[in-house]
Amino acid sequence: MKLAKPIILLASIGIAIALPHFFYPIFLMKILCFALFAAAFNLLLGYTGLLSFGHAAFFGGAGYCAGYFMRDMGVGPAIGITIAVLFAAALGALIGGLAIRRQGIYFSMITLALAQMFYFVCVQVPASGGEDGFQGIPRGDLFGLINLQNDLNLYYLILCLTVAGFLFIKRIISSPFGQILKAIKENEPRAISLGYNVNRFKFLVFILSAALAGLAGSTQALVLGFETLTDAHWTMSGLVILMTLVGGVGTMLGPFVGALVIVLLEHRVGEIGSFLSQVTGIAWFNSLGESVTIVTGLIFVFCVMAFRRGLVGLFIKQK
Amino acid sequence: MEIFGLSTSALLSQLLLGLVNGSFYAVLSLGLAIIFGLLNVINFSHGAMFMLGAIVTWMAGQYFEINYWVMLLLAPFIVGLLGIVIERLFLRRLYQLDHLYGLLLTFGLTLFIEGVLRSIYGASGLAYSTPELLSGATDLGFMVLPNYRAWAVFSSLTVCFVTWYVIEKTSIGSYLRAGTENPKLVQAFGVNFPLMTTLTYGFGVALAAFSGVLAAPIIQISPLMGSNLIITVFAVVVIGGMGSIMGSILTGLGLGLVEGLTKVFYPQASSTVVFAIMVIVLLFRPAGLFGREK
Repeated sequence: MKLAKPIILLASIGIAIALPHFFYPIFLMKILCFALFAAAFNLLLGYTGLLSFGHAAFFGGAGYCAGYFMRDMGVGPAIGITIAVLFAAALGALIGGLAIRRQGIYFSMITLALAQMFYFVCVQVPASGGEDGFQGIPRGDLFGLINLQNDLNLYYLILCLTVAGFLFIKRIISSPFGQILKAIKENEPRAISLGYNVNRFKFLVFILSAALAGLAGSTQALVLGFETLTDAHWTMSGLVILMTLVGGVGTMLGPFVGALVIVLLEHRVGEIGSFLSQVTGIAWFNSLGESVTIVTGLIFVFCVMAFRRGLVGLFIKQK
Repeated sequence: MEIFGLSTSALLSQLLLGLVNGSFYAVLSLGLAIIFGLLNVINFSHGAMFMLGAIVTWMAGQYFEINYWVMLLLAPFIVGLLGIVIERLFLRRLYQLDHLYGLLLTFGLTLFIEGVLRSIYGASGLAYSTPELLSGATDLGFMVLPNYRAWAVFSSLTVCFVTWYVIEKTSIGSYLRAGTENPKLVQAFGVNFPLMTTLTYGFGVALAAFSGVLAAPIIQISPLMGSNLIITVFAVVVIGGMGSIMGSILTGLGLGLVEGLTKVFYPQASSTVVFAIMVIVLLFRPAGLFGREK
């Protein structure tokens, strides 16, 4: 069985490279972006035990920031994304620095409230384009060499960034730093009594998580070519929680699986609805496509009540 | 008479608007605080329950021609029953787990409830007319007071005060306070604690529905009206701290007034001012104005 791991690894690399030839690349890239977003969120919830209800601010904020610098300042995608990630990290330092002053459920409420404040700022600042969204973000050339107008090139770039993001998270959680995060998650008072400055660790991991969420948000803006208020809205914060929950909180691959399931579902829910209405004869199901939130709400309730380990969690032996 | 270049009556009417919003904040944060105290659940669906209160009132008027005054009692009752069902079916099974799951569950329920209503009524507003008895306005000399707004503030404050009285001064309230302090001990004294949590959740939710009914004639009724409000109420709760009943009432009212004033002097900031105050409070008094750090 020693060979199993490298074989699986090679096979997944092969599949990842071949996939855009079979599926719509934009769709695949969207899944990758959300997978990274969910992984960044999972770093907080799954490995530190902090439920942030405001991650949409970093995702959407970085998207706007990248869009602004690439369209209005004329910088290339590499610099644009870098600036956006730094912006998200700075925003994370602000929101995280305030939120860690309270614990538990208050932490969630504060992140939610601050993200909502950021959302209102986005609505009002003229640069964001308000309700119309931020349109026409150019993809440009990577380092002036690789043309990103080509969907395939962009796909491989996003694939690399997402994999790098996942590896980075893996590195974080297996480092001594990650072990302390785990200690905070398991028993915070004990971590304090062992002499760790818990707040410093929470602050740092919050910034890291915000920066990674920013990477996901800015690449998504690059893929789609526009950025809207939806990405900064609290429903987006809820969606990333759902992805992590469906995939499996505190697992490495959970966010990826969750993002895949949820993005697929959002795209297919209309078809599922019409199928259901054919089978059951209830016409109402036809309108299911327009009200995705009913389905996401139901999955949310189901996951919380009966499926807390998530899809990936099912395959991992419980300790 | 003019203050800061504004006529007194314009200023006062904005303050009244702020007071109306503030009384909604007060009732909502009161319900949140009671539920959190006993169940340790932050009820995200509180906003949805507020919305249900308003929309049930609208539906009753539209389809059954039941008038406002009946709904003022009936809507909280219906929504309270719904809350009891939710507590029995779902929340009850989560008490053993991390508190976060309660928040996530109620968040999912909110999405579901809002989604269903939006698929029926769309996202645009439904209009509900002011009951005849309270339409019109009273001229007080220094300002014109719209009767309905005065009624909304008055009845909200009455409900707040009655709730405060029941919790702080009666024997039922003493059970509740004891349960908040130490559930196991209360149970050991023979109090039916599971029933108490169910009723408390039902009552907290009914409070939200009550202010939803009050809001029906003044705020555009839409399936999404509750969620944006509840996030602001979360900020109110963080500012006030959930330790004291009177604290949440006062904080709610005060922030409503501040919001009203901001609308007069710097309208751009009116949607963010409550959050900005939350930031300041977190910096200087992290436990909240009336809170105690555990």
